[in-house]
Amino acid sequence: MLMDELQFIGINSIPIVALMSTFMGAVISLQTASNMDSPLLPAYTVGYITQSSIILEFSPTIISLILAGKVGSNIASEIGTMRITEQIDALEIMGVNSINHLMLPKILASILYFPVLIVFSMFLGMFGGFLALVISDLQTTETYILGLRSWFDPYNIFYALTKTVAFGFIIVSISSFYGYYVKGGSLDVGKASTKAVVVSSVVILIANFIITKLMLL
Amino acid sequence: MISVRNINKTFGKQQVLYDVGADFQSGRVNLIIGQSGQGKSVLAKCMVGLHEVDSGQILFDGRDFTSMEKSDRAEIRQEIGMLFQGSALFDSMTVEENVKFPLSMFTKMTKKEMQDRVDFCLERVNLQGRNALYPSECSGGMQKRVGIARAIAMNPKYLFCDEPNSGLDPKTAIVIDSLIKDITYEYGITTIVITHDMNSVMEIGDHVIFIHQGKKWWEGDRHSIITTDNPEIEAFVFASEFMKKIRSSLKERIK
Ligand SMILES: Nc1ncnc2c1ncn2[C@@H]1O[C@H](COP(=O)(O)OP(=O)(O)O)[C@@H](O)[C@H]1O
Ligand SMILES: [Mg+2]
Repeated sequence: MLMDELQFIGINSIPIVALMSTFMGAVISLQTASNMDSPLLPAYTVGYITQSSIILEFSPTIISLILAGKVGSNIASEIGTMRITEQIDALEIMGVNSINHLMLPKILASILYFPVLIVFSMFLGMFGGFLALVISDLQTTETYILGLRSWFDPYNIFYALTKTVAFGFIIVSISSFYGYYVKGGSLDVGKASTKAVVVSSVVILIANFIITKLMLL
Repeated sequence: MISVRNINKTFGKQQVLYDVGADFQSGRVNLIIGQSGQGKSVLAKCMVGLHEVDSGQILFDGRDFTSMEKSDRAEIRQEIGMLFQGSALFDSMTVEENVKFPLSMFTKMTKKEMQDRVDFCLERVNLQGRNALYPSECSGGMQKRVGIARAIAMNPKYLFCDEPNSGLDPKTAIVIDSLIKDITYEYGITTIVITHDMNSVMEIGDHVIFIHQGKKWWEGDRHSIITTDNPEIEAFVFASEFMKKIRSSLKERIK
């Protein structure tokens, strides 16, 4: 069960996460570089800003929003289909606690795997920044890496991963909820999965605000 | 035996079941018949605890299911097998895994014992060798048979079948019906079949309950259903002109 969920939640999301992270990292570094003509700021500031925007916000929050769309709609439609085809009733009739049975492996998988995905995204984001800057000759490798390493604070990683775990939990529980309580037919499953994505995204944004306020200020 | 006493059930403002009471004998096929939307499925789902009743009692061989703690209910549920209208097979699992699922959740069988039980159940429904198929690769009739195999895996005392032959061609429907009948007699199961198929009524209906507008409207055996003068039964059973003609000739003959 857990392995299936890991596959489903984690492995299948790798390509989109990789693609998003590399390109966004590249764009963040280019934009930062283009805004930094002031001679008062050292060149490595670009690397520093890229690093901190990726670690603090882009990877944990934006990637989680993407995952809300992908994983959330998958979960809601999977569980919703089980509801309307009476598979959930079949579990209940056997005496299985269907909520635990369906949700626990997914929650566990997301708590285990979301942080891995996000760390992966952080590395790729910074690598994307590197490609953009160094390949287009805006900076040397040394300057960029120096920037990445300046004022590096491990607490930021802790903050980012805490957010990630919270967002994973939000996505899985909200999507499971909307799937579990579907009534009607396949059209309603579609509606439930759209709703699951919208609601998880909004809740992620609110939770992001609250966690940031609690942890960074 | 399952006894149902004075069951009332409402959804919001809509009352679906009114004071329904009936006895379902063991070792027999008990039918619940009636038009669509009259509360047949709701009655069955109340009996197995998928819906909570508003009032009334459900007794499984004298054990009052309605007033039970959750943990005691779980015990009775493991004595219940259910075949759902759409089969409700777990579509992420193979045929074999579907049948094995309740065994692996609730028994301490060894792998070998489980495998033997799965093979036995699949053979019983004539699906030997189909272990590795997925539900989506099975025809409607095969899905129902897998559903039956899964329902009998735990050796149930009670078997519920919700419209077991809806959506099947007449020949396959008869196969499913006779399978249900044979299993019931072989293992002395208390079987309850929901249907609106008159073929099933005549083939397997040892005891028939007619639900109309949420009430138990009529009760009897499959023979008296033809001779009864209850107008709603007549309207249900002999809905078409063709059936009406058959009916009058049957009535002549029975006289
Ligand atoms: N979960 C539910 N919530 C609300 N109403 C329901 C529910 N299940 C069934 N009903 C209503 O109960 C009535 C009887 O339904 P049902 O027992 O499924 O009919 P049938 O006799 O065709 O099996 C219908 O009017 C249906 O709309
Ligand atoms: Mg029904």
